[in-house]
Amino acid sequence: MSTHPAVRFQNVSKVYSGARGTFKALDGVSFDIAPGEFFGLLGPNGAGKTTLISVLAGLTRATGGTATVMGHDVVTDYVEARKRLGIVPQELVFDPFFSVRETLRIQSGYFGVKNNDAWIDEVLAELGLSDKANANMRQLSGGMKRRVLVAQALVHRPPVIVLDEPTAGVDVELRQTLWRFVARLNREGHTVLLTTHYLEEAEALCGRIAMLQLGKLKALDKTSALLAGRASTMLRFKTDDALPAALASQARVTGRMVQVKARDAADVETLLATLRGAGVKVEDLEIGRADLEDVFLEIMQGETQKAVTA
Amino acid sequence: MSRFTGAAPLFKKEVLRFWKVAFQTVAAPVLTAMLYLLIFGHVMDGTAKALPGVAYTSFLIPGLVMMSVLQNAFANSSSSLIQSKITGNLVFLLVTPLSHWAWFVAYVGASIVRGLVVGGGVLLVTVWFVPLQLAEPWWIITFAALGAGMLGSMGLIAGLWAEKFDQLAAFQNFIIMPMTFLSGVFYSVHSLPAVWQTASHLNPFFYMIDGFRRGFFGASDASPWLSLAVVGTAFVVVALTALRLLATGYKLRS
Repeated sequence: MSTHPAVRFQNVSKVYSGARGTFKALDGVSFDIAPGEFFGLLGPNGAGKTTLISVLAGLTRATGGTATVMGHDVVTDYVEARKRLGIVPQELVFDPFFSVRETLRIQSGYFGVKNNDAWIDEVLAELGLSDKANANMRQLSGGMKRRVLVAQALVHRPPVIVLDEPTAGVDVELRQTLWRFVARLNREGHTVLLTTHYLEEAEALCGRIAMLQLGKLKALDKTSALLAGRASTMLRFKTDDALPAALASQARVTGRMVQVKARDAADVETLLATLRGAGVKVEDLEIGRADLEDVFLEIMQGETQKAVTA
Repeated sequence: MSRFTGAAPLFKKEVLRFWKVAFQTVAAPVLTAMLYLLIFGHVMDGTAKALPGVAYTSFLIPGLVMMSVLQNAFANSSSSLIQSKITGNLVFLLVTPLSHWAWFVAYVGASIVRGLVVGGGVLLVTVWFVPLQLAEPWWIITFAALGAGMLGSMGLIAGLWAEKFDQLAAFQNFIIMPMTFLSGVFYSVHSLPAVWQTASHLNPFFYMIDGFRRGFFGASDASPWLSLAVVGTAFVVVALTALRLLATGYKLRS
């Protein structure tokens, strides 16, 4: 059994230089992903998630640091690294000249995999594409094209699978189909690295999570530890009234929905008293556990505030 | 994995890519060449200077065949690359362990196939107008394959360099087209003024077409061995440049 981590980033940095100056997309990012992990990589737009994945895939060259896949350096030993890596790109791209089956056979060939029809048929069936096998890529809907992207990444049975926002803009059925199949692959020993903006997916699927902001690693822990170590209770309610200033500064407001962090029961009582005192009419009040979105926002806002006050 | 692992499927994909739209990639250039033959053959027969003892229309056919070979070999690799870059599906190749050797062999190999298929098509439809001899057929095969390989490699370079279709069109219209037209496709360079004869001898396309024509008539403006040396050297230089660009990920990996 390999003693290497499935994925290792060591002090990876990426600086883009142009006429408008330089932009640091990644700033000394280091972490490991163990074989068999389901790992989440989260961050707001522009955090550096896709750049980090591009470094791993060899699409982008790091300015500094190294990245390895199962112990193989992605630059100096790229053949072995890429054989072990399956990437589902974020953009919905396809080759309009070929059918689904042709596309998958060709992609298998690039990895030196011959006579791969049995696995191709299995992947097609798992992703609900069997009846589209001989359809031209141009004839497929967006959701179907997204499924083919996933199939292309899996066609050479890579031990490490990278999913870069695979469910962006796709329907519930595809999400469920995709997660069922990826969870199966993970149970069979495949390592999964997932980036997503759907934090409930990350919370449900990922055993560990890293959070990036402005190219820096801001958090790295087990999902359960991230949830337990931060605000543990949230007060949620709906209102049409303006919140008192003391509450407005710490509340997360989405339309009529208001969410406020509470440390304990006494804190909840204080918050409710403040609302009563301000005459705020509250509907659908509930007290619940903080979810990953709360943790994510707390970390990101905390870092933003640090950056502002620094 | 060898350095050529994956080259065969990529080659097959590139051949299928043009074959699936053969009406546009094969039939259209064959028709264009036939129109050239009908117009130039009719207008210039008896006035233009060809090789001694060779009718102008007979002289013109090998030139048109070779021009089609070269232009289509260039078009195949360059258009495939630029389309894949612009539509974004090149990512499917970039994430694979394909070596730069595999890329080169596949793209240039498919370019040679398209060049030869179109050239064969042009020969097939034009040969009915004028009987042609095959005096030294090995030169036909050698120069067709080398010329297509060189233009396939140039197409690879152009496809890597270009970021937009108009940049590729500029490469084609301002470099490939003049070098092809000023290489003796439509005339013998002996019919040119001395200065243009000298200029023609600096154009490697001239040696490709002259050497190719040698295979039909057993006569040429330059020695076929000199042509082979020039075309062979030019191919090696262009191929090494293309390989270097692929190996360094020029405009492929940021």
